Amino acid sequence: MNDEDDVLTDNLPDVRGADPAPTRAARGRGRPRRRAGGAWPYLLVLPTVLAAAYLLFYPLLRSLLISLQHFRTGELIRGGAQFVGLDNYRELVSDPEFWEVLRRTAVWTAVNVVLIVGLSTGVALLLARLGRRMRLAVMSALVLVWAVPVLAATTVFQWLFQSRLGVVNWALTSIGLDRFEGYTWFAHGTATFGILVVLVVWQSVPFAALTLYAGLTTIPDELYESARIDGASAPQIFRVITFPMLRTLFGLITSLEVIWVFKCFAQIWAITQGGPDDATTTLPVYAFQVAQTLHKYDLGAAASTLTVLILLVVLVPHLRHLYRNERTEGSAA
Amino acid sequence: MTALTPAVDALAAEPVTRRRRTRVARRARALPFNLAGVVVLVASVFPVYWMVATAFKPTTDINAETPQLVPLHPTLDHFRTAVGADGFWLFWRNSALVSFGAVLLALVVALMAAFAVARMSWPGRKGFVLLVFVAQMAPWEALIVPMFIIARDTGMLDKLSMLTLIYFISTLPFTIITLRGFLASIPVELEEAAQLDGASRAQAFRRVVLPLLAPGLMSTSLFGFITAWNEFPFANALIIKNQDNRTLPVWLSSFSNVFGTDWGATMAAATLFMLPVLAIFLVLQRRVTSGMVAGAVKG
Repeated sequence: MNDEDDVLTDNLPDVRGADPAPTRAARGRGRPRRRAGGAWPYLLVLPTVLAAAYLLFYPLLRSLLISLQHFRTGELIRGGAQFVGLDNYRELVSDPEFWEVLRRTAVWTAVNVVLIVGLSTGVALLLARLGRRMRLAVMSALVLVWAVPVLAATTVFQWLFQSRLGVVNWALTSIGLDRFEGYTWFAHGTATFGILVVLVVWQSVPFAALTLYAGLTTIPDELYESARIDGASAPQIFRVITFPMLRTLFGLITSLEVIWVFKCFAQIWAITQGGPDDATTTLPVYAFQVAQTLHKYDLGAAASTLTVLILLVVLVPHLRHLYRNERTEGSAA
Repeated sequence: MTALTPAVDALAAEPVTRRRRTRVARRARALPFNLAGVVVLVASVFPVYWMVATAFKPTTDINAETPQLVPLHPTLDHFRTAVGADGFWLFWRNSALVSFGAVLLALVVALMAAFAVARMSWPGRKGFVLLVFVAQMAPWEALIVPMFIIARDTGMLDKLSMLTLIYFISTLPFTIITLRGFLASIPVELEEAAQLDGASRAQAFRRVVLPLLAPGLMSTSLFGFITAWNEFPFANALIIKNQDNRTLPVWLSSFSNVFGTDWGATMAAATLFMLPVLAIFLVLQRRVTSGMVAGAVKG
């Protein structure tokens, strides 16, 4: 209570205009004046900190801990897990299947991210060239796709690619590709992998395209006009003006998509559970399989920990960018 | 005016034809873009359209050799089957319960934190903001195994409250970040004026800031609701034995056990699952803009 009174008296002169100094100092920082509140701010953020400690950092720590223990069904029920050092990691690394999973995850991430960023760039540039009504229609369609829940999408895609009655097989057969008559997409590893790629790309393009389009609208028209007067071609304009102006945005979207695609789990699990023949088992799916199906919680935890570590490497540039923004927002302007 | 018109028309005749010619040329140049636009439009909408169209088609039409692009004999049979399926309303209620619980909890906790960040200066503020950003990027998919074990150790396995807690923490960072943005856009002077008029800080917050914050609270909580409503991995891993506590996404993922090869009913169920999210997006469009307008009003 005392603190609040102090704050109030601190601000009084500023309002009365008797002593404008604090006002100018506050305005100089160019952001809403923040007042010291003694213990209050700490009490206000306490629930957040406690929740994050128990529901985020403790699970992370627990994952690390279990990955260093022998933790199977017996330990899950009886407790008393023994520490085994890096044995679980050694077991993972010496398993050729694990390397196969890593390779597959890399391919999965690369294919998806390249397609997402490429297509979204195309759609964003297209949106900028379209007339008002057509642009509104395409943007509404993108928002609609954005709104489709993951599990609704996985269900529809299974129906689209159904072997006997699926509309995809019908369309392919009717344009003369007879080998697709009754083709069982989900029995073939590569075909299933391809469907999952189409699904994830379809779901991811709206966000990326709309964000890139929003970025495009911030580039002043004069830049394009002068480039066109100088006789620059469309690809040249993209390389010399659009891309450099939106470099940060491209970087942000690429790193976000890498993270989202890499840790993608729901789509894969709902459609294939990693099959057929492990053709769609990426690292997060593998970690879950090993723990939940084989009850090797220690190995699953080790794979999860590796997932977090790999994500961290991708995340660091992104976080650094966020932190720099936070700083400039705090000190500049 | 009328007298002048013919003369003006005569004068303008030449340029008009030229203008018409350029308009035709512009149309021709725009054609490939419009075609590409149509391709993007169809590729985006088709799967959603196919889901809804299938849901309305009678089973005989669904099983036809040549698929019908438009449901010519629309029927609500499949929706009746979906709604009448074992436990549909139970799972609907579970999903709603978990999502609302998580959003309410996140809103209260985030409002306090956002106020501390946007309105107060204190040592550690910057570190806290960074923590929120880190938590926002948390790799939840990699935490399924430890969460399962923690839930098991604490007797929270198969409990909806555990899911509520997980959805709460996963929407919390986003809620803090957006609420802080909305709060920062409300002028401090309003609060100060209220306090000068004798209101306590809490009163000033409740009477002045909270009403202005309402649109922000609304849109933030709806986004949180969508996240919780759609969540699958944790609901799938943590509700194992007590099948009555499953949520809609998990139920939908096992559609072949529920509906067999009844694709009409499956698509009807998927449509019903998507409906609240779609409604929220429609509401949000207006809400978000009004939230931003409210934020843009200065003093």
